[in-house]
Amino acid sequence: MNEAAIENKGEIKQWNPKIIAFLCNWCSYAGADLAGVSRIQYPPTIRVVRVPCSGRINPFFIIKSLMDGWDGVVVSGCHPGDCHYISGNLVARRRFAILKDLLDFFGIEPERVQFMWASAAEGERFAVLIKKITKLMRKVGPNDRFKKKW
Amino acid sequence: MKKVGSVLVVGAGIGGSQASLDLGDAGYKVYLVESTTSIGGVMAQLDKTFPTNDCAMCIVSPKLVETGRHQNVDLFINVEILDVKGEAGNFTVKILKKTLHVNVDKCTGCGICGRECPVEAIDIFNEGLARHSATSVKYPQAVPLVYAINRDYCIGCGICLGVCKAKAVEYGMEDEIMEINVGAIILAPGFDEYIPPEGNKYGYGKFKNVVTSIEFERILSASGPYSGKILRPSDGDVPEKVAFLQCIGSRDYRDGQPYCSSVCCMYTTKEAIIAKEHMNLLNPTIFSMDIRAYGKDFDKYIHRAQEEYGVRYIRSRISHLEEDPKTQDLIVTYEDETGIIAKEMYNLAVLSVGLNPPNDAVYLSEKFGVDLNEFNFVRTDIFNPVQTSRAGIFACGAFTSPKDIPETVTQASAAAGCVNQLLHDQRGTLITEKSLPPEIFVAGQPPRIGAFICHCGINIGGYVDVPEVTRYAGTLPNVVLADRNLYTCSADTQTIIKEKIKEYNLNRVIVASCTPRTHEPLFQETIREAGLNRYLFQMANIRDQCSWVHMHEPEEATRKAKDLIRMAVNSAREIQPLERIRLSVTPKVLVIGGGISGMVAARNLAFQEFETYLIEKGSVLGGHARNIYTTLEGGNVQEYLSNLINEINSNKLIHVYTQAKIENIEGYIGNFKTSIIHGEKKEKVKFKHGVVIVATGADEYEPTEFLYGKDDRIIKQSEFEKLINTTDDIRKKKSVVMIQCVGSRNTEHPYCSRMCCAEAIKNAIKTKELNPETEVIILYRDIRTYGFKELYYRKAREAGIFFIRFDETKPPEVRVEKDNLKIIVENPKIGKISIDSDMIVLSVGIVANGVENEEMGKMLKVPLNEDNFYLEAHVKLRPVEFATEGIFLAGLSHCPKSIEDSISQANAAVSRACTILSKDEIEAEGKVACIDITRCSGCGMCVENCAYNAIELILDRRFGLVASINQVLCKGCGACSGNCRCSAIDILGFTGEQIYEMITGRVE
Repeated sequence: MNEAAIENKGEIKQWNPKIIAFLCNWCSYAGADLAGVSRIQYPPTIRVVRVPCSGRINPFFIIKSLMDGWDGVVVSGCHPGDCHYISGNLVARRRFAILKDLLDFFGIEPERVQFMWASAAEGERFAVLIKKITKLMRKVGPNDRFKKKW
Repeated sequence: MKKVGSVLVVGAGIGGSQASLDLGDAGYKVYLVESTTSIGGVMAQLDKTFPTNDCAMCIVSPKLVETGRHQNVDLFINVEILDVKGEAGNFTVKILKKTLHVNVDKCTGCGICGRECPVEAIDIFNEGLARHSATSVKYPQAVPLVYAINRDYCIGCGICLGVCKAKAVEYGMEDEIMEINVGAIILAPGFDEYIPPEGNKYGYGKFKNVVTSIEFERILSASGPYSGKILRPSDGDVPEKVAFLQCIGSRDYRDGQPYCSSVCCMYTTKEAIIAKEHMNLLNPTIFSMDIRAYGKDFDKYIHRAQEEYGVRYIRSRISHLEEDPKTQDLIVTYEDETGIIAKEMYNLAVLSVGLNPPNDAVYLSEKFGVDLNEFNFVRTDIFNPVQTSRAGIFACGAFTSPKDIPETVTQASAAAGCVNQLLHDQRGTLITEKSLPPEIFVAGQPPRIGAFICHCGINIGGYVDVPEVTRYAGTLPNVVLADRNLYTCSADTQTIIKEKIKEYNLNRVIVASCTPRTHEPLFQETIREAGLNRYLFQMANIRDQCSWVHMHEPEEATRKAKDLIRMAVNSAREIQPLERIRLSVTPKVLVIGGGISGMVAARNLAFQEFETYLIEKGSVLGGHARNIYTTLEGGNVQEYLSNLINEINSNKLIHVYTQAKIENIEGYIGNFKTSIIHGEKKEKVKFKHGVVIVATGADEYEPTEFLYGKDDRIIKQSEFEKLINTTDDIRKKKSVVMIQCVGSRNTEHPYCSRMCCAEAIKNAIKTKELNPETEVIILYRDIRTYGFKELYYRKAREAGIFFIRFDETKPPEVRVEKDNLKIIVENPKIGKISIDSDMIVLSVGIVANGVENEEMGKMLKVPLNEDNFYLEAHVKLRPVEFATEGIFLAGLSHCPKSIEDSISQANAAVSRACTILSKDEIEAEGKVACIDITRCSGCGMCVENCAYNAIELILDRRFGLVASINQVLCKGCGACSGNCRCSAIDILGFTGEQIYEMITGRVE
């Protein structure tokens, strides 16, 4: 039985962070689909937003997510060199390298924002990464500093 | 006989799919038939592709989905060809549709049958390394996603019949025969790999840790039998030392095939690199005779494998393998280049098996009435490698000769280009345009959202509480209808969706089911048929990314499904109808370069009655081919060339301009404007055209090494070719020495010029024919006679031509002595050799004209690679076009290649161009970037980030310097928008507003 299931069947139910995942349509979203087709289990912590390319993701989306109380943000694109749009993921990589420093400067735990690459054939890898990120986020804890009071 | 505007494509690998897409896009009705149960062929089995290490599945699956859904392509799987009658322009083909025992129209591909099937059958896709049930789909991403029952294994238990909620399983389903009428046929059956026979010297089949390269490819694949972990079959241990044995079944007169399989050196290198990437402790060693890295950027790849990944190459052919019975390790005995015999132990051995003709080649040749060559590959014309012996029937891909993916794709388009030439007057006659109702005007109306939630049999319903999710969806703001269906994608549900749109006056539709990657177009089509703009649609993926990955946590899965639906609703509220921009096409072409490639392209286009402007910088047509007399295979190049030039000059639709120079090109796909100056008087001409074909060629390297120019007995290969073809001088020569790789594969030009080996062998054989007394010695680094050219290498050796290898670091030394020339060369095995000769021939490489290409590249906004050759849109799947739409390329300006390959590329470029030229108007995708110039600061970041040259800075009367987007060129990737400091750029269909709404709607 997989890890997540064991965790959740334990006596104390583990806290499930809420993670928003921006996945590029051509590699990572397809990889997430393949994890599904192959029935590879991972914790139910991510909510996926499909974008055409990781290059589409404006840093504002990430900041806005954190301000709105998402515990973590995952951005996943094609492996460097594999971009369906030639170089979008490279543009994204440059952009997020800077954003990470900025978030740190703001006092946001840099672990909350995770960047990864997953190809359309890497269903297993996708699941493993989500498991890892979930574990990490559990360690970091809930993001309540920015949470709007509803 | 009347011609018909339809085409039969046999075999749906990457070649067949590409040919079908080209022809479908150009307005022909295409029947694509495939003998297995899914399209994709060998490429879908591959883990990565060389030399970019691109993920094969990532790049091929969008193409397969497109093929499966193309309006003009009818796809039939599991078929057999029964009979072919008729002639070019009008064939009648009888086809047997073998039953799958599953109704293709009803099957939704949900996979319940496969999971419930109690019988284990061998998984052919995974090369027998894994098992799956008797009811199965070829691979998870298969197109069409339809299950099939393998009757060889099926025990008829009836479980699948019972569990199939779509009622698609029909045991009693019978085979069907159908007859189709087509104007042309393209054969693309691919290849079958060589399988070492029983009792082979490598112990394949006997020793567990000996696998073939295609098996290893599946082992490497993340979706393969070991989920991408490299384990050896005997004990599941990680192999630390892996040996790759080259030329298994290739270049082998005794047990295999005498030709070279062309791709093994490269795919082995790729497998070694990927293996190393997967598991760093692994040490790959490749045993090979020559390293045949002759393609574009291949040598750099080999170099990287050696330098970065530590892949060891040993020049030795392994004759047999032994097994250590205790550890099941394998013992390799080899003699290295210096003559030392060594024994090494390996944990795993990979046999790099060659490419054989398809197993049913003889059957196909009989049915289609086409000739095969001596190895059972299809025989094709010397100067048109896609033309078979029967008019109207073309072939492409590995069926014509062993070849890699880009060459297959090129040939597929080339075959389509030849079909275009044959059937151009029947274009558009057999396809039907769908008549659609006018779009309902929804702008400004409050959103009325309909949510359709899918049970997908039990795939979703079994884990997610669908009734609860549906109830929840109904409570969300603006949702006026929440409904659930057993299968939302089934044909009857489409009718229900259309009815509900009318009944509830819906103006947005959400489907919560599987993945938009495969199903979005289907639902978009449905709502469009109901009169809604196709973009007023949103999907929530609650199967592949929810129920299937949280099977043990139904509560959490239900909660997640609710979240995903809420996010979709939030996004849907913000969707606006989008328009697909239409623009007119000028059906004329500019072909740049009057060599063979340019002329072949122009001739094909003119045949199809497209006016063509052919411009050449020199004063005569012919280009590089003017220096070539014959091909290695014996084709008369000069005769071919003069016929071609005559045809070009006599065709009224081709306007030839020599001594021409382009002054300016402006515009975009469909609407270019060009001005040139030409002739001695430098006359100015301006014209409009819809597409551009770049065929500017390349130059011969001017050597400075080996005392070239200092002595007139040291000449270039092309000069030697002229000498033996036009004079008698060779009869007086006692000895000729050829030196290979002059100006190739060095630090200045780090690529292989590909043709020099074949040229040298051709001229050496000719020399021997003219004067058997002349001694011919070829000094080489690797002999790269790929494919059937290998036979001539053998012929040369048999004719008594000497081949002496030297190492890159120790090039030969040339001295001029009193009456003769002295060459000192160091062979790794023999040591230093001194040769006296009365002629030295330098096999010089091909170099790109950097200055001219850069100038042209800037004008057309197309990129060059490091070696100044043009860089195509995609190395594997878009080899004859640029990323900028409407601009294509062919010939030597792409990379060094043979005449026949240049001809294929030219026809391929024409075929790709025809997908545009055949239409009066082209339609651009609706999800593109748009700009609010009131917010733009004109910083130009977007211009830099746009890979498609769709953005430029313009001077606006009111706002000054602002970005302007050409939505026709835009692909909607969003690199501009993500980087926009002023939030001035947005991507329609993925707007910032939509994404913000998805983010902020996280109310629990």
